[in-house]
Amino acid sequence: AVSHSQITRLYSRFTSLDKGENGTLSREDFQRIPELAINPLGDRIINAFFSEGEDQVNFRGFMRTLAHFRPIEDNEKSKDQNGPEPLNSRSNKLHFAFRLYDLDKDDKISRDELLQVLRMMVGVNISDEQLGSIADRTIQEADQDGDSAISFAEFVKVLEKVDVEQKMSIRFLH
Amino acid sequence: MFLLLPFDSLVVNLLGISLTVLFTLLLVFIIVPAVFGVSFGIRKVYMKTLLKIFQWATLRIERGAKEKNHPLYKPYVNGIIAKEPTSLEEEIKELRRSGSGRALDAPEFELSDIFYFCRKGIETIMDDEVTKRFSAEELESWNLLSRTNYNFQYISLRLTVLWGLGMLIRYCFLLPLRIALAFTGISLLVTGTTVVGYLPNGRCKEFLSKHVHLMCYRICVRALTAIITYHDRENRPRNGGICVANHTSPIDVIILASDGYYAMVGQIHGGLMGVIQRAMVKACPHVWFERSEVRDRHLVAKRLTEHVQDKSKLPILIFPEGTCINNTSVMMFKKGSFEIGATVYPVAIKYDPQFGDAFWNSSKYGMVTYLLRMMTSWAIVCSVWYLPPMTRQPEEDAVQFANRVKSAIARQGGLVDLLWDGGLKREKVKDTFKEEQQKLYSKMIVGNHEDRSRS
Repeated sequence: AVSHSQITRLYSRFTSLDKGENGTLSREDFQRIPELAINPLGDRIINAFFSEGEDQVNFRGFMRTLAHFRPIEDNEKSKDQNGPEPLNSRSNKLHFAFRLYDLDKDDKISRDELLQVLRMMVGVNISDEQLGSIADRTIQEADQDGDSAISFAEFVKVLEKVDVEQKMSIRFLH
Repeated sequence: MFLLLPFDSLVVNLLGISLTVLFTLLLVFIIVPAVFGVSFGIRKVYMKTLLKIFQWATLRIERGAKEKNHPLYKPYVNGIIAKEPTSLEEEIKELRRSGSGRALDAPEFELSDIFYFCRKGIETIMDDEVTKRFSAEELESWNLLSRTNYNFQYISLRLTVLWGLGMLIRYCFLLPLRIALAFTGISLLVTGTTVVGYLPNGRCKEFLSKHVHLMCYRICVRALTAIITYHDRENRPRNGGICVANHTSPIDVIILASDGYYAMVGQIHGGLMGVIQRAMVKACPHVWFERSEVRDRHLVAKRLTEHVQDKSKLPILIFPEGTCINNTSVMMFKKGSFEIGATVYPVAIKYDPQFGDAFWNSSKYGMVTYLLRMMTSWAIVCSVWYLPPMTRQPEEDAVQFANRVKSAIARQGGLVDLLWDGGLKREKVKDTFKEEQQKLYSKMIVGNHEDRSRS
């Protein structure tokens, strides 16, 4: 579980971002972080904090999203097989990344959605044709059921060798 | 009609006597030494006593927390999460290495690339290097000011009494004393410089002007109970040079100008500030700009160049960050002052926030509130290091020179050296930085110039 001091620290962070001092964060509050504003996927990441149709997130929602990035401790792996899957499981971490691609939330990454994310990541440096062929190749390699889109299961299969637990985890110093 | 009670006149007499005594003490112990530049050492003793009390207070809080079996909130200035210092390229290569066993030298796109941007983004949401520089530093031990306490629930009765006593001393004794001193200092400055302004130009006027300025800054230093330690005074700025320092608050000016003679640079304000500025420039040439002129970079550069080329004029004092930063880091130096070609005298100023945090958070407090907070702190303690002079080398441009000076200041003051612009306090970051990231990433998926189109 997240320790008491870690929660206090994150709450302190939450309040320092909350310039309007109303207990919730808006998208502008996130965009004020310079290092996030220069991240090519900054807007998509910010979106992950907000539920459908909402434009304010409270501390509970903030923590919920950040919880995906807790490291997976060894002793947690064997605990509680019957309970709900913890937010920081490998599967949920992959789901978080999947949702960054899958804009319309239909559980499939279409060619268009992939192109959109690619365009965000490369800016103006690559032509439409090149980007299109990159997208086509990626879908071709991942697609197994022939629907020209990447489902979550296909996504997981492509990334089965990647050390997701480590790459999508953030460790506290204390 | 009135019944003049016998002890009314007694009260009036007592009041009169105590006020006279107070003002005599003020004069003898504070103003006269300020005029002559000597010190009784009262402030150092005060500082040592306070330190002992703070240590005791911190121990009491820790004990209180242990009794209740709670962990104490301790601020960590080095960040709260572990961050890898690796570059975009290295991280993405590593991602791909663990994902597929394929040859990595060929540039291509992998679905896993997104993990890098995702994690980096979330890391900056949890803890970033820039936004925390614009709010006051958190203290590790409590200094008996309610504004810095994060562990309220562990204060015992004794500690509360001490805090109450402290508050009484600060607001009822120190504050009026300091306001009286500040008032004296500022009025002496305005009248002194105006009077000196009437003298004909010459050695006598320069001498008097320097000393009037110095005397008034010294009184202002005592008005804030500033305890300053100067290091390496042999490197103090000389005529024809530019003095640059890191900026934490308007008090920086008073701190530096009470130990040397400077020409100030700035925009003319209205109100009291404007009155002071206009009086000061009568006695010696400071460089004040009208608001409209400030935007004209060429005009500013021209006036500054003219000033430094005249060896009879005092060194200019400039704060190249352009805004107040919280004294844990040094942010980007604007290159304007480094293009002029004069010798640069860097100065590092480091405050000890335990006795009173000098950082001016201009988005939170106005100038008057800020000064009140300063005058109700215990003291302003800082160290000033005069670094050896630097000049621009032929192979470096103004930006590189500015960064070199900045690093030297950061190293001496024990501050973090950042490339970010202090202007980010109020403005959004430029898109060029995002475009740089996009360019770097594009190289990773299509290489430098080849056109890779596979079907």
